[in-house]
Amino acid sequence: MNRIDDVFNKKGHKALIAYITMGYPDLESTLKIVPLLAESGCDIIELGIPFSDPMADGATIQHASYCALQNGVTTKKCIDIVKQLRKKTNVPLIFMTYYNPVYHYGLEKFCGDSIASGIDGLIIPDLTPDEGEELENITEKIGLDLIYLLSPTSTSERIKLVSEKSHGFIYMVSLTGVTGARDNMPIKIDNFVADVRKATDKPLCVGFGISTPEQAKQVSRIADGVIIGSQIIRLMEKEGDFDSIRNFTREIRKVMDECKIP
Amino acid sequence: MQPDKNGYFGEYGGRFVPETLIPVLDELEDTYEKLQKDAGFWFELEHLSGVYSGRPTPLYYAESLTKHCGGAKILLKREDLLHTGAHKINNALGQGLLAKKMGKQRIIAETGAGQHGVATAAVCAMLGIKCVIYMGEEDVRRQALNVFRMKQMGSEVVPVCSGSRTLKDAVNEAIRDWVTNSHDTYFLFGSVVGPKPYPQMVRDFQSVIGKETREQMLKEYKRLPDYIVACVGGGSNSIGMFYPFLDDKDVKLIGCEAAGCGIESGRHAATICAGRVGMLHGARSYLLQDDNGQIMETHSISAGLDYPGVGPEHSFLHDTGRAEYVAVDDRQTLEGFQLLCRTEGIMPALESSHAIYYAAELAKTLDKDRIVAINLSGRGDKDIDIVINALGGIR
Repeated sequence: MNRIDDVFNKKGHKALIAYITMGYPDLESTLKIVPLLAESGCDIIELGIPFSDPMADGATIQHASYCALQNGVTTKKCIDIVKQLRKKTNVPLIFMTYYNPVYHYGLEKFCGDSIASGIDGLIIPDLTPDEGEELENITEKIGLDLIYLLSPTSTSERIKLVSEKSHGFIYMVSLTGVTGARDNMPIKIDNFVADVRKATDKPLCVGFGISTPEQAKQVSRIADGVIIGSQIIRLMEKEGDFDSIRNFTREIRKVMDECKIP
Repeated sequence: MQPDKNGYFGEYGGRFVPETLIPVLDELEDTYEKLQKDAGFWFELEHLSGVYSGRPTPLYYAESLTKHCGGAKILLKREDLLHTGAHKINNALGQGLLAKKMGKQRIIAETGAGQHGVATAAVCAMLGIKCVIYMGEEDVRRQALNVFRMKQMGSEVVPVCSGSRTLKDAVNEAIRDWVTNSHDTYFLFGSVVGPKPYPQMVRDFQSVIGKETREQMLKEYKRLPDYIVACVGGGSNSIGMFYPFLDDKDVKLIGCEAAGCGIESGRHAATICAGRVGMLHGARSYLLQDDNGQIMETHSISAGLDYPGVGPEHSFLHDTGRAEYVAVDDRQTLEGFQLLCRTEGIMPALESSHAIYYAAELAKTLDKDRIVAINLSGRGDKDIDIVINALGGIR
């Protein structure tokens, strides 16, 4: 049983998943913010390895990735940071990045170094099961969860394929679009989650566009987890002492705990 | 050759895109497949290619340039004479008609130099489809004339301020728009890059160049050329020229990449000559990237070649040795530009000037009974400001 499975095996508990871009605004902040997020109620943390051309990301994460790269962040440095983080926290950690940096590092070496540093899973938004076989063979062998995404445009055949191939949980993209905070949750999200439920028992976590406690509550009623990214990055832009991030995370945690399913 | 069922030319191509786009690409692929058998579609395309774009383009014997070089006979495929000034219209027209067939109400496109943007804007105006062009902020500044042309044709031009603010960032931004609006929006990719089925589809629409050239050669010269030379950025004009000759093993195919300030300077766009395999904008191909797999900023005097990727079919042709890829730097390109102006009274686009320079040098080394055909992919009016600056002002 790995750390990610443990989260979803807690009965009635809804997973709060936070995303941060590694090295934004600097690597020191990454070392501080991850334990803080875990202590404030996050169950899983996605660590973004910055990429120069993040085509699935909106303005907030694009900017954070750009700054991180300007700061000299590399894949190798990100892996080193995870080693340091593992001395401080046992929270499940997932690398989120695009396929090219992973491919360039070497698929086998990347997966090996990741798991050795304490990474539990991998999310690559520009990799679908159609092209994922090579990476799947490696991740399955060493026990790294390769998490695939589903989108509201996914057909029933795609839902079946992704459900079968995704490990750890399924990342449900709430809307057709890129990452970034939005005012309203799409109305069709309930149907989308219900459709995928029919196809799989795997945990379903919803992300993209979630930025308020109200939205988190709405998603918690139907899904197993809520993923928040851009809003946390936005708070990091504003606050150096992280108090607002702590408060924000606790608030989200609170409303999610209120909608526990018996 | 046709790509395999997963869109691969050898080990290059495929589909590396967010899940949201997979069903969209499937729909596009299905439509395109059905269109293969739709005689009406191809009839309309051929008709408009003639009366709107100005096809067929001449295959011109550049006698004066030939004499100047003193070697092989040099022929020019005059894509520069097409409506909007470059080969880009061939693809824009084909995909524009396809988008109309699919019932899309909005077309988006990326552009670097603005030639693909202008071609797309023109086709959208003619077909009555709303058009949005993404263009790097840096290119908007460098190519103000083309921005004005697109706007006059009713297109919205969106300056892209992320990353290096050039073509690759314009592609990223167009993909983001597409991920968001795919239900009513068609992405009119301008080159033979991107996820399956774009590399094959754009090639098919551009292969009219090589098809005509082949027919013209056989009719006028009763033989095929010994060499074909074309410039390569993403690679649409070159693949369009090369493709119909792939099985003619005696015809040597040469692609000219942009060496910018020189490959050793690091400021260039010679993707095949100096790149490594990776994934960008939806396909596996050669790619200019740093030691950490980050995409590099490129440089070329010609905005149209200023791109860190290249079409997967070119990567395949390189690996198999069927085509040869060489690099021509900015200084040589200017020489090619001036050479064609002076010998033939034809002002080539800076992109095409890469091929002019290389072909002229090549012709000098060959016997007089040899034939070198150059794809003159576009005209140079758009580049005048850049050339004036590079030559140190109007003299």
